[in-house]
Amino acid sequence: MTQLSCDNLSIGYETGIVVKDLSFSIDSGDYLAIVGENGTGKSTLIKTILGLIKPIKGEIKMDESLKRNGIGYLPQQTIVQKDFPASVFEIVLSGFASINGFRPFYTKEEKEIAKANINKMGLSGYEKYPYKELSGGQMQRVLLSRALCSTTKILLLDEPVSGLDPIVTQEMYELINNLNKEGITIIMISHDVKEAVKYANKILHIGNKVFFGTKTEYLNSDFGKIFIDGGK
Amino acid sequence: MKELIETISYYFHFPFVWYALIVGVLIALTASILGVTLVLKRYSTIGDGLSHVAFGALSVAAIVGLTNEMLLAMPITILAAILLMKSGQNAKIKGDAQLAMISVGAIAIGYLLINIFPTSSNITADVCSTLFGSISILTLSSTEVIICVVLSVVVLLFFILFYNKIFSITFDENFSKATGINTSFYNYLLAIIIAIVIVLAMNLVGSLLISALIVFPALSAMRVFKSFKSVIISSAIISIFSSIFGILSSILFSTPVGPTIVVVDILIFIIFFIVGLFNTQQTKVKV
Repeated sequence: MTQLSCDNLSIGYETGIVVKDLSFSIDSGDYLAIVGENGTGKSTLIKTILGLIKPIKGEIKMDESLKRNGIGYLPQQTIVQKDFPASVFEIVLSGFASINGFRPFYTKEEKEIAKANINKMGLSGYEKYPYKELSGGQMQRVLLSRALCSTTKILLLDEPVSGLDPIVTQEMYELINNLNKEGITIIMISHDVKEAVKYANKILHIGNKVFFGTKTEYLNSDFGKIFIDGGK
Repeated sequence: MKELIETISYYFHFPFVWYALIVGVLIALTASILGVTLVLKRYSTIGDGLSHVAFGALSVAAIVGLTNEMLLAMPITILAAILLMKSGQNAKIKGDAQLAMISVGAIAIGYLLINIFPTSSNITADVCSTLFGSISILTLSSTEVIICVVLSVVVLLFFILFYNKIFSITFDENFSKATGINTSFYNYLLAIIIAIVIVLAMNLVGSLLISALIVFPALSAMRVFKSFKSVIISSAIISIFSSIFGILSSILFSTPVGPTIVVVDILIFIIFFIVGLFNTQQTKVKV
């Protein structure tokens, strides 16, 4: 089932187009890696999919069920967050903030799901721990738990491993991969083509040229070969 | 000591002392709660800028001869707050410069107008009391107290009802927006509330010291407390305490109310700063 698709999409800001003529589609359960060098518009694309910026041309078609249940999003961390006084539990629960409309408090059920997500991310016992005293990898897992509270269907990850050391990076990839195996669609931005290609089943390469296709197609294309071999 | 208590209980026979305490506590409470959000959103100077706008508006109101100057100051300050919020997070440097411009501009125009169209014989005293807070908190009328109580209740209700949304937006605006929270609605609401608190607070500490009411309790609380809820609650308690303590000592020692409260806030900050140093060392050991 197609969850998300776009045809000849142009994205960018008021100052100009960043990427044009993008066409791709994602089915439920897919793992899409968006790769490309820095500054090619990967984050812009994610933000357009999320509705944070309006597309310049074309539209993104989304499955109706996604609009109702929301999308999970793991943004890049901001400086503000690194010094923010909040407990792990407070942050994870805020994944429900959009769902509960004008209800001012979280339900018991929401609190239990939040706890379950914290445990799932390997952070049990950390509920009351101050966020700013966690390690970089732990912070990412807290934000991932929060994203899981706002969706059970699709996760958008913006450079989930940036700033993490190699071991923690592998753990993070494994966690994301496990979520994908459970049936959650993954859209992940990465500038590390090799690592991203390892787990993904579809690749969207943004740059001077745009490529969209399955992993095998990408690896066999001249385009993919340059990037994979170039990394050696 | 006994003498001191007797003097205080003597003063409590006067309604103006009660009025001052009620208004003082309410403003301290609302300003400190908003302060946490503002400091975390890197908007801590917005209080200062808006208070200058309010000063300008009050000057104009005085010249025009409005009996209730708040009628003009409130909408103008709200408008300025909305404009500043609109420039928003994504254009940080621009927003910052904009704030400086509006702030300095408003205070200059206000002072200029007062000088060209003097409304009283003693301009310096007038300006001084608007800027630094006057004894006016001790001359509040019951109407002013009622207005203050009503508006404070509105601010508190807003905060309690939307507490979770405010947390989510403050912590991560992009995530909130992406998952479907109408962030601009809440930002505008927040801007309006801030403007209301600032115009109210001008009665208490004056235009120049409003930032202190917003910033100090929040920063003190953040030194020691690590969760959002505990920071909010402790910042409210700190602020209420320093407000009561400041008002009473200013009556006892005939010092100006605003600066006295701020000095108490500074002292509390120093204490919390030191406590915070020991606290972080402890958690590091625990990890």
